[in-house]
Amino acid sequence: MKVELIHIHKHFGAVHANNDINLTVESGKIQGILGENGAGKSTLMKILSGYIQADSGEIRLDGTPVKISSPSDAIRMGIGMLHQDPLDFPPMRVVDNLLIGQDGGLFPNRREVVRAFNELQSQFGFSIDPYAYVDTLTVGERQQLEILRLLWLGARVLILDEPTTGISASQKEKLFETLRKLAAQGMSVIFVSHKLEDVEFLCDRIAVFRKGELVGEVDPPYVTDELVKLMFGRVISLEEKRRYETCDVSFHLDHVTIEDYRLQIRDINLTVSCGEVIGLAGMEGSGQVQFLRTCAGLIRPVAGEINLGGRRLTGKPYRAFLEAGIAYVPASRMEEGLIPGLSLTEHFILAEEQNGFFINFDKALATTRQRIEDFNIKGTPVSTVESLSGGNQQRALLAMLRQPVNLLLLEHPTRGLDIESAIWIWGKLKERCKQGTSIIFTSADLEEILQYSDRILVFYGGKVSPPLDAESTTVEQLGQLIGGKGF
Amino acid sequence: MTMMKTSSRWSGIGFQALAVLLALAFTTVVMLISGADPLQVYQNIITGALGSPTKVDDILVAWTPLLLATAGLLLTFTAGLWNIGIEGQITLGAIFTTWALRVLQPTDLPPTLIVAVGFLAGALGGMFWAGLVGLLKIFGNVNEIFGGLGLNFVATALTIWLIFGPWKRPGVGSMSGTEPFPLELWLPTLPGFRLSPLALAMGIIAIAIVYILLRGTYFGLRLKAVGRNGRAAFLMGIPTTRYMLMAFLLCGLMAGLAGATQVLAVYHRLIPSISSGYGFLGMMVAMLVNYQALWAAPVALFFAALNIGSIQLPIVLKLDSSLSGVLQGSLVLFVLLMDGVRRRLTRS
Repeated sequence: MKVELIHIHKHFGAVHANNDINLTVESGKIQGILGENGAGKSTLMKILSGYIQADSGEIRLDGTPVKISSPSDAIRMGIGMLHQDPLDFPPMRVVDNLLIGQDGGLFPNRREVVRAFNELQSQFGFSIDPYAYVDTLTVGERQQLEILRLLWLGARVLILDEPTTGISASQKEKLFETLRKLAAQGMSVIFVSHKLEDVEFLCDRIAVFRKGELVGEVDPPYVTDELVKLMFGRVISLEEKRRYETCDVSFHLDHVTIEDYRLQIRDINLTVSCGEVIGLAGMEGSGQVQFLRTCAGLIRPVAGEINLGGRRLTGKPYRAFLEAGIAYVPASRMEEGLIPGLSLTEHFILAEEQNGFFINFDKALATTRQRIEDFNIKGTPVSTVESLSGGNQQRALLAMLRQPVNLLLLEHPTRGLDIESAIWIWGKLKERCKQGTSIIFTSADLEEILQYSDRILVFYGGKVSPPLDAESTTVEQLGQLIGGKGF
Repeated sequence: MTMMKTSSRWSGIGFQALAVLLALAFTTVVMLISGADPLQVYQNIITGALGSPTKVDDILVAWTPLLLATAGLLLTFTAGLWNIGIEGQITLGAIFTTWALRVLQPTDLPPTLIVAVGFLAGALGGMFWAGLVGLLKIFGNVNEIFGGLGLNFVATALTIWLIFGPWKRPGVGSMSGTEPFPLELWLPTLPGFRLSPLALAMGIIAIAIVYILLRGTYFGLRLKAVGRNGRAAFLMGIPTTRYMLMAFLLCGLMAGLAGATQVLAVYHRLIPSISSGYGFLGMMVAMLVNYQALWAAPVALFFAALNIGSIQLPIVLKLDSSLSGVLQGSLVLFVLLMDGVRRRLTRS
């Protein structure tokens, strides 16, 4: 089925997530959609699959204008979307998962469904037991199940959002084979990814998104450099950098291996000097957060040693890391960083060392006034944290950090902030670096990483690059690494 | 800014008043359905509660365990925990107290000491039962609501087994409970009344301590942090599981003391429903006052008065005394409902 998206606009508050997108996907083709996090790919796909509605613009299927106002509308018109995290019902059997999305009577005909399911999966060489519980399947098998379910519901356009994250190489091969087969049958396949390699290998055409706009469409043969330039845009100017000597409280990771249910990051070796800033680049979900949380003592590595200034921290609880002067500032400010309902004063009291049994509110109030002034927080001592703007919440979080901190771990320190706030926050952070605090931070903004880091680690699907010198790294090199080239 | 603040406070009071009116209206409808004259019923409840010094005395006797239970619950609620198991904790307090008294009764120890040990044992009993709920939650991943509910049933079964088994009255066990303790093991009362000033003082002190803890101490503030955002509190370095366990233990302590007063000052023996539902009633009080310790005492007094006032309804009007429960329950529901309505209206 031919899909046409015409003049699509979508705003989220002040953000123009989709700015006048025009895209045509011919039937029988595999269309790649490439772009950074936040480039607007997912927004467009959600519009096409009915999860959200465009502010303006038109969608045509085989030339007929349609209005898609819900996911069930979309599937009725033949558009099926495969989400990054499978939207299935894990504690139920495969066959029941198929029955859930189906219109039908009160008593579904299970046996008939199982027969049809087996017939369908034999076409693609899948072998999923229809009576298995979904939570016993691998991520790859759940993906296969989801594809079969969408086909079974009559999808003729298949949208896949980052489908190669978390599946094995052989499963990826099988997925690509399946997608080619589907395209040969006349289906339109839309393949959303940030992985250059996958997109180049699979797609008949690639549309590149950046900052809410479709910045270019490319046909094969693909030139990687060209794609990277489209993806990340302009070249970035670099600041002068200072050099750092190793010092006695440097932070060491020695052959550290981290595992979670999706990723395995093997054999990381890193020494961070006092006052040094390490930027972690890579697409979201490539292992940066796991790495940061391992440094914070929140995830226990399965192998390797962690120590700070000769003090062994391997296997110690989070509190030991905290006491060693390692501080972690999470990205989700209201979920993990601050406590809704409590005032700024109460937050600063919580962050301080306990002094006696009763709280000295006069003293706490004085400290709070001082911090509010020092950190330029727009709020009063009695303001609850949820009443502050995002930028002021971030300032409050930084103001809560104890002195002295040896290692500061920051997840997206300036995400969602205006440029002025971001520059101010980095000024404060650099002040701390001068006092000897080391910083490791993640960011989705390559400019930020190149500008403030001394060295950079690039993460890709659980692999970590060796530390790159920020001064001699170009945005193109970084972009290629982030897209998985050169590992 | 201040204008908005005061106006929102007034609208808050307005909605609260509306909630009370709605609860009264709802209860009135229930009375009409059951064929009673509402005015007569309300009049009866008032005279039943305040009609004579004995009645006021009864209210204060009921107030004591309710204060203790509410005080304990304010701590668990602050820590974000639903301590449904409070009923069982009161019961275990009563059982432990009875046990201590039975063991020490034949000895030559002075009665005052035996009573003191009885209180201590009660506190330990409540802490034991609450500690179990806490450990199940923290180490067994059993939600405190389910753990507490299960342990409530176990506590009830244990009481019945003790009354009809090992602790049965000479001859044959009966629902009226174990053999009453001798007079010297009764907590002293005001002459001619049932109220024990010591027990009442304990209830008032408990609520005062909780008020101070939550208002001005590091402990209280951290408990609040744990309750409102456990993840952030943990990342700030607060040992969240330890604070949750402490909230359970302190609540259990106060619930156990409530059980002890029921044995030492009210029934002077173990009876099947020794907790008298004060644990659940305390939950309603805590919800009604939005977990503010300052208002807990007067509201608990009001609820105690409703309980006492409705006792004579079956005799005078042939109505069930659970009518006071309808009023208490609908009051909580409508206050919560109106709070939700107010938030929805002020947001948009």
